[in-house]
Amino acid sequence: MQVAGIAIEPWMLQAAALLAKCILVFTIIMTGGAVLSWVERKQSALIQDRLGANRADLNILGRKITAKGLVFMLTDGIKGITKEDYIPPKASAFLHTLAPFIVSFCAAAAFVVLPFGGSVELPWIGHVDLCIAPSEVGLLLAFAILSMGVYGVVLAGIVSDNKFATLGALRGTAQLISYEVTLGLTLMGSLMLYHSLDLSAIVARQGHMIHLFGWALPIPAWGVFLQPLGFLLFLAATVVENKRIPFDLPEGESEIIGYFLEYSGMKALIFMMSEYIESIFFSWLVVILFFGGWQLPGLHLEQAGQSGFFCFGHLVLALPFWGAVAVAAAGFAAKVGFFIWLFMQVRWTLPRFRYDQLMHLGWKIMLPLSLANLALTALLAYSLKP
Amino acid sequence: MKIQRREMSVLERVYYPEIIKGLWITSRHFFKNLALHSLHAVGLAQGHAAMVTIEYPDVRRPSPPASRTRHRLTRRADGTPKCVACMMCATACPSDCIYIEAGEHPDPAIEKYPVRFDIDMSKCVFCGFCVEACPKDAIRMDTGIVELGWHDRRDLIFDINHLMREDPSIPLGDTPPAFKLTQLVR
Repeated sequence: MQVAGIAIEPWMLQAAALLAKCILVFTIIMTGGAVLSWVERKQSALIQDRLGANRADLNILGRKITAKGLVFMLTDGIKGITKEDYIPPKASAFLHTLAPFIVSFCAAAAFVVLPFGGSVELPWIGHVDLCIAPSEVGLLLAFAILSMGVYGVVLAGIVSDNKFATLGALRGTAQLISYEVTLGLTLMGSLMLYHSLDLSAIVARQGHMIHLFGWALPIPAWGVFLQPLGFLLFLAATVVENKRIPFDLPEGESEIIGYFLEYSGMKALIFMMSEYIESIFFSWLVVILFFGGWQLPGLHLEQAGQSGFFCFGHLVLALPFWGAVAVAAAGFAAKVGFFIWLFMQVRWTLPRFRYDQLMHLGWKIMLPLSLANLALTALLAYSLKP
Repeated sequence: MKIQRREMSVLERVYYPEIIKGLWITSRHFFKNLALHSLHAVGLAQGHAAMVTIEYPDVRRPSPPASRTRHRLTRRADGTPKCVACMMCATACPSDCIYIEAGEHPDPAIEKYPVRFDIDMSKCVFCGFCVEACPKDAIRMDTGIVELGWHDRRDLIFDINHLMREDPSIPLGDTPPAFKLTQLVR
C-alpha cells in the first residue's frame, strides 16, 4: 500500500495501532484521575447532604461557568503548579523530587498489561490485541510494577527529613508489604481456576458456563462465583494497597502525618493523582479477575460469525459485531465504574483502622483466610476438571 | 472509672455485615440526593431539598425576627435622628462601647441631639441592653447584618453616619455618607 508516495509497511500500521492504544489508555487514566478528584468531592457531598465544591468558575463572555464544580479540575492544577515547591533544607532535592515520579510512574505503567478487550481483526492492520503489551505473565508483571511503587513511598518518607514523614513511610511499607501476601494468595486462586497468567486469557475463560462434575450450570465462570471468599479478600486487600480510608495509615489524611508530609504544590497533587489512578487500576483488575472483564452474560462477540445476546444457545438479540463491541465496552466501563464508586463509598463510610488492628487483620485473619480460600479453590478447580 | 465495653457479637466481629450496613446508609443518602439533584435540574420536585447547604453569599439564611444583629439609629419623619443623647444606652452598655457627645437641638421642643454617636463594634457583645434602655426607640438591632469583619480595628468604630445609613447592607466606603448630620440640623 502507498500513501502520498511512501510505502506503508505492515509494521508501521502495527506501530500506529500500538501508539493509538497507548494514547487511549493514557487518556483514560489521566482524565480519569482528574475526574475522580471531582467525583470524590461530589460523592462525599451527596452522602453528607452537602453541595460540594462549586465556587470555582470560568468567566466566558461575561457568563460564569462552574460546570457543577468541574472547573476545580483546572483550578487545582493551576494552584498546584503555581504554589511554592518547597524542599526541606536537609532533604536531598533529587530524591525528594524523584519519589512522586516513582509512585506515579508505577501506578500508570501497571496499565500496560491490562487488556480492555479481546482482539479484533482490523482492515489493513490485521490482528490487534486490545491491550498495550499483551503478555503471558501479565498478572505477575502488573504486580511487579505496582509493588515498585512502595519505593516511592519509602523514599518520600525518608528523604523528607521529618520524623512524621518517616513514620508514615514505615507504616506505608509495612502495610503495603503485609497485604501483598493476601493479594498474591487470592491471585493464586484465579491462576488455578483459569490456568493462565495472561489477563486476556483469564477473561476469555470466564466467558464459559460453570461445568461442575460435567454438569453445566447457568452461571458464568466469573471469579466472584467460583471463589467468593477470594473476591472479598482481594477487594479488601486492594483498598489497603490503594492506601485509602479505612486503611490510609501511611497517608493519615486527618492528622497529616503521612509520608508525603513535606510535599507541596504539584508534587503533592501527583501523589494524590497516583492514588486515583491506582483506584482505577484496582477496579479494572477486580473486574478482569472476578467479574468477567468486558463479558456480559449471554453476549457473544464473533467477528466472523454471529454476534448478539444468546440465551441457552438460542439467539435472542442479534447485533452487528461493532454494536456488540460497543455494548461490551459499555458493560466493562459500567463494571469498572461501579468498583470505583464502591471504593469511594467505602472511603466515606468507614472509620480508619488502628495500626495494630491493621496488622492483626492482615496477618491473623486475612492470611489464614486466603490460605483457606486457596485450599477451597484447589478442590473446586479439581471438581471443575472436565 | 472503669468503662464497661459491650462484647461484639459474631456478626460484628466478621465486620463485613457491618460494612454493608454502613454502606447501605451512605448509599441511601447518595442515591436519594443524586435523584433529587437530577430532578431539580429539570425543574421537578422543588419541594424536596437535596441538601442542607445554604449557598451563603448568594442565599442568606433567614434570621429569626428577635435576633440581635448590627445596630441602626432610627429617624424622625424629617430624617433627623430620634436620639436625644440621653446617655441611657451608653450607661446600660456592659462593654462600654457606646460614645455619645450631646449638642443643643435648634428645635426648643427637643432638648438635645447626638453630635457624635460612635459604637465600637470590636467591643460590642450584642446583648441588646442599649435597645432596651432607649426611651425614644432610637436604637435598634434589626438590620440583619452579621458580617462585621474589617481589616483595621479603627474601621470597626461605626459613627453616626454609618449607623443611620438608609441601606446599611451596602458596605462602608462604597457610597458617600447618606447625609452630613451637621448640615441637616443647621
